[in-house]
Amino acid sequence: MDTASERRPDTAGMLIAGVLLLIAVVIFWDTSALQLAPTYGVGPKATPYVIATGMAVLAAGNFWLSWRGDYPERESFDPKAIVLILGGLAALIAIIGLGGGFIPATAVLFAATATAFGRRAVHIDLAIGLALGFIVFLLFDKLLTLALPAGPIERLL
Amino acid sequence: MDALASLIHGLAIATQPMNMLYALIGVLLGTAVGVLPGIGPALTVALLLPITFKLDPAGSLIMFAGIYYGGMYGGSTTSILINTPGESASMVTTLEGNKMAKAGRGGPALATAAIGSFVAGTLATLGIVFLAPWLVNVAVNFGPEDYFALMCVAFITVSATFGDSPVRGLTSLCIGLTLGLVGIDKLTGQARLAFGVPDLLDGIEVTTLAVGLFALGEALYVASRRHLVEEKLEPVRGALWMTKADWSRSWKPWLRGTMFGFPIGALPAGGAEIPTFLSYSTEKRLTKHPEEFGHGAIEGVAGPEAANNASAAGTLVPLLTLGLPTSATAAMMLAGFQQYGLNPGPLLFAERPDLVWGLIASLFIANVMLLVLNLPLVGLWVRLLAIPQSWLYAGILVFATMGTIAAKPSVVELSMLAGFGVMGFLMRRFGYPIAPVVVGLILGPVAEAQLRRALQISLGDPMVLLQSPMSATLLGIALLALIAPFALNGMSRFKASED
Repeated sequence: MDTASERRPDTAGMLIAGVLLLIAVVIFWDTSALQLAPTYGVGPKATPYVIATGMAVLAAGNFWLSWRGDYPERESFDPKAIVLILGGLAALIAIIGLGGGFIPATAVLFAATATAFGRRAVHIDLAIGLALGFIVFLLFDKLLTLALPAGPIERLL
Repeated sequence: MDALASLIHGLAIATQPMNMLYALIGVLLGTAVGVLPGIGPALTVALLLPITFKLDPAGSLIMFAGIYYGGMYGGSTTSILINTPGESASMVTTLEGNKMAKAGRGGPALATAAIGSFVAGTLATLGIVFLAPWLVNVAVNFGPEDYFALMCVAFITVSATFGDSPVRGLTSLCIGLTLGLVGIDKLTGQARLAFGVPDLLDGIEVTTLAVGLFALGEALYVASRRHLVEEKLEPVRGALWMTKADWSRSWKPWLRGTMFGFPIGALPAGGAEIPTFLSYSTEKRLTKHPEEFGHGAIEGVAGPEAANNASAAGTLVPLLTLGLPTSATAAMMLAGFQQYGLNPGPLLFAERPDLVWGLIASLFIANVMLLVLNLPLVGLWVRLLAIPQSWLYAGILVFATMGTIAAKPSVVELSMLAGFGVMGFLMRRFGYPIAPVVVGLILGPVAEAQLRRALQISLGDPMVLLQSPMSATLLGIALLALIAPFALNGMSRFKASED
């Protein structure tokens, strides 16, 4: 058991409480901007107000938890892995947004994630990602007739 | 014996070749994702939703149910052989199961888990057959206020009552409810929380949220703490079959596990973890071999494994009869029903008996398939664990983003997916449960609609919620379930300070 003296206020927890409070304020603000004619029963404003109130109360609850240091122990973590995966996702979004197509986007995400998990063979992983994207694209396009975004490579198929 | 007649009719539908094929695909996928750590049945159903959109509803739902059951079977394999639960319901199995594997008794451990799952799954599915029509008859008389109250119970029990921290559970739920507000209000056409972004007017896609939280969140979390964990695969040594002593020590825990799992799963109490823990502690108390507990007692595998399968079947009762999901996977299955415009509940039993009873009957078939697939083929499933983690997660992320790309290939939607991934990572890191977010998003708008319908009928008088005895009772239960964890927490702290 932790004793009370070991527990210190948790700054990350307080940040979470702050974000929750901000969400509550945003819901209040957005809802109060709605303009509508009165109807029987409750309109679309009531539920958001209830949820915003609940969120504000929970922000206080989370603040209290972090004040008491009542958060689970956090282990050390590897920020490089996070950056790699999020970078892979950002690249995927950019490639698809700019019309590069599904297959190259998939390959980049595959290679970035594999690297984040400790692989050190980017070229091979890129090739595997390309092959995977190729198979999936054919499967979707021909078998399930679901359209995936096409770029220069996909148009050749 | 209406139930039996319906079941026999359902069996005729479930044994149609196409439906058998869907069930087979379901149990194969389910076992695979159950075996693989990091992906569970809820995520698999979420990934399949956009792909199955164009398929036959009955077939897809049979497949989803197969995934749910298969996930429960497969999870035990990972627990026993590498001491990492494939999904949370198999957590307890690691305690004795991995010890048995280390002692060279991995075969009997896998066998008792598989046979126990079969016994429990079959008995619990029989439970569905008899309980569901009864509950449907009760639910026919439910007014909108009763449904609203029922959903309040589900909200509270899923988030607050049984988690580690009621405050964190409720926070997760409230985030889910907030996400459920986003989009055009169905009754008045007003846009809420859309901030002028056209993509948000349709609301938040359940698939995007679930895939972001489960797949991306889990991948980020595992990648960030990869340096802390070491996994060791325990090879299956010795005889695969259970001895006579194993059988005689297993059958009672199987039945007791079923007794824990089915009712707790059927109540809106959320999660398969509780019955598995209850089953484990009961077996530990009742065993004639207390010295073996902690060193690989077969009862400690048989009971919890039966319990988690029975509870999976149990959660289908409120899902089918009331449209009430009590676990993350059930919530994803509800999203599956919704994507075909089907609303589970008494009306579905009346209008689409083929679909409902075909689905229930297919559960029996899925159980038989799983028993056959799991016992002799366990070596094959274990091979899945040989896939390097880096490729496994890279593949998961490719499939995760693919679902969204296929459904809505917009930069906004993909950015939301990534955002939910970061949220899932932070929630795992800071100990917030994930399931209440998904339940809140799916059930929140339904609850709001029921409340507003109730108040429209009563011309705005909120007392209608307390005038219906059913709704008043349920709201009372919800209030109790909300207060209980805080009260108990206070009491235990009081006791602790006394000592």
